[in-house]
Amino acid sequence: MATRTEPITFPGMPRKVLVTGISGNLGRALAKLLHTETHVVGLDRRPFPGKPKDLAHHQLDIRKARVEEVFRRHRPEALIHLGIMHDPRELRSEAHSFNVLGTHKILDLCVRHGVKKAVVLSSANVYGPRPDNSNFLPEETPLMAGERFSEMRDLIELDMYAQSFMWKHPELETVILRPVNIVGPTVRNAPSNYLRLERPVTVLGFDPMVQIIHEEDVCRALALALRPGLRGVFNVTGPGQLPLSAILRELGRHPIPVPHLLVRTLLRRAFEARLTSFPPEEVDHIQYLCVVDGSRFVREAGWVPATSLRDTIRAVV
Amino acid sequence: MSELSEAVRARLKAWTYELGGPGTRARLDKITAPANEFGVDPYGFDLDYTVAATAPLAWLYRKYFRVELHGVERVPAEGRVVLVSNHSGQLPFDAAMIEVALLLEKDPPRVLRALVEKWVPTLPFVSTFMARCGQIVGTPENCRRLLAADEAILVFPEGVRGLNKPFKERYRLRRFGPGFMRLALESGAPIVPVGVVGAEEQAPALLDLKPLARLLAFPAFPITPTLLPFPLPSRYHIHFGEPLRFTGSPDEDDAELERKVGEVQAAVSALLERGLAERKHVFW
Repeated sequence: MATRTEPITFPGMPRKVLVTGISGNLGRALAKLLHTETHVVGLDRRPFPGKPKDLAHHQLDIRKARVEEVFRRHRPEALIHLGIMHDPRELRSEAHSFNVLGTHKILDLCVRHGVKKAVVLSSANVYGPRPDNSNFLPEETPLMAGERFSEMRDLIELDMYAQSFMWKHPELETVILRPVNIVGPTVRNAPSNYLRLERPVTVLGFDPMVQIIHEEDVCRALALALRPGLRGVFNVTGPGQLPLSAILRELGRHPIPVPHLLVRTLLRRAFEARLTSFPPEEVDHIQYLCVVDGSRFVREAGWVPATSLRDTIRAVV
Repeated sequence: MSELSEAVRARLKAWTYELGGPGTRARLDKITAPANEFGVDPYGFDLDYTVAATAPLAWLYRKYFRVELHGVERVPAEGRVVLVSNHSGQLPFDAAMIEVALLLEKDPPRVLRALVEKWVPTLPFVSTFMARCGQIVGTPENCRRLLAADEAILVFPEGVRGLNKPFKERYRLRRFGPGFMRLALESGAPIVPVGVVGAEEQAPALLDLKPLARLLAFPAFPITPTLLPFPLPSRYHIHFGEPLRFTGSPDEDDAELERKVGEVQAAVSALLERGLAERKHVFW
């Protein structure tokens, strides 16, 4: 498994890359992949224990005025913006301010300090799992996830802000990546946590196709997005899609099927009682399709995931 | 549903092979679905599951509805194609019978992708069953993708208006929606008209409890002689017409599009008339 992360190399790799949210699990994995290829500057309000020696880390909230100092000092050529808060237990207003205001501020600074490339990490979940979804959603699909799951609105707003930023500032190559469900040994997001459950709840009689991508593949995709000339919105797919039941079987899980008429009520009670970290809206993800068409990133960036489907599934444990 | 144990699945497959007649297994083995290591194609179609799931439908096909086929050779053996059929019988057994026909009676068999209503994915079990059998939600995006991949799709342009019509209006086609014609013009796919005779009599709807249907969010709540729309053993006759080819722009104005749609509707209508004239009895 260790040989999988051959570095991404291409001519014109930015010489200095600022990474927000670098102390998160994904950020740390990205730092590990990227710091041998280029200078990485980290920006996160959390500390970065065990950071590589050649990496400069600034422990700062991205909304703070002092962030400009980081731009002045390091003059980054590119930004990779991972500083997005997902915790459903976090206070809504704080998460909203951090995600939306933070993104505004950091992209603004990119323009003022001549950054040439901005890569924003969004998610394929912005489309939302819906019964009437097409089997493969292209990038033009309306971002409807907020209709049923209001916690997604931050991410949608951020994605749309990044899009309008992309059009307003053609001098800055903006790339918005919408990867499918990220799983991996260090990732602690909802899909990974769900797949780690010994007895996960499923919705009786529903078995949607699901797409997953290994965290290291997401890091490689983020690095690939730095390639000069690439701009736009891209779905990022992993090694394929398969029924949810096949993933659970591969992991040897023992699902508890709950009728769809009961599952949300039960989960709401459990969430309110803090028995589970899954808000009831997450049920949509194990009931309906949210599968995307990743062909644009393949075509325009030459994207190839390195981890096989089976290894990606097994990576959660 | 997907947890059908291996033994049950093997038995069902054997039953399908038996009902299909000699050589069925060899013919079905010719189907090459682009499955991954988990046995499904990107849409969730599972050939192995489908062959097993076909068994009870094949029994209906052979023993219950005793389907008679006319002109199945007119369905192209390969390449993109749109099958356009009338829709009737309260429950969509007509779709199942057309699909079984192309699986069991065509050599090499053709896997049909029937387009299902957008509310089907909200139904437990049904949604999974449909997906594993290769049926997909009929969004234009899905149809374009399938036709571009040279697949065969089955369209009921009457939709549930045709499926749930009352018995006194049997074999009177509801106006065809134009969506399939746009797709055909865009993709250059030929259209094969299909007329299904017999499905109207399987579940004659005497009345439709509209308020109850609304309450349950069903398209209709028909009351039939069997109370629930369980089908009677009427004999099916499925007629396939000559492929029709249309040229033009998918964006042409409605009048021109309507004319072409009307041509297809007339072709289906002619197949129905012929089928009704040739039929000797509803049940045998």
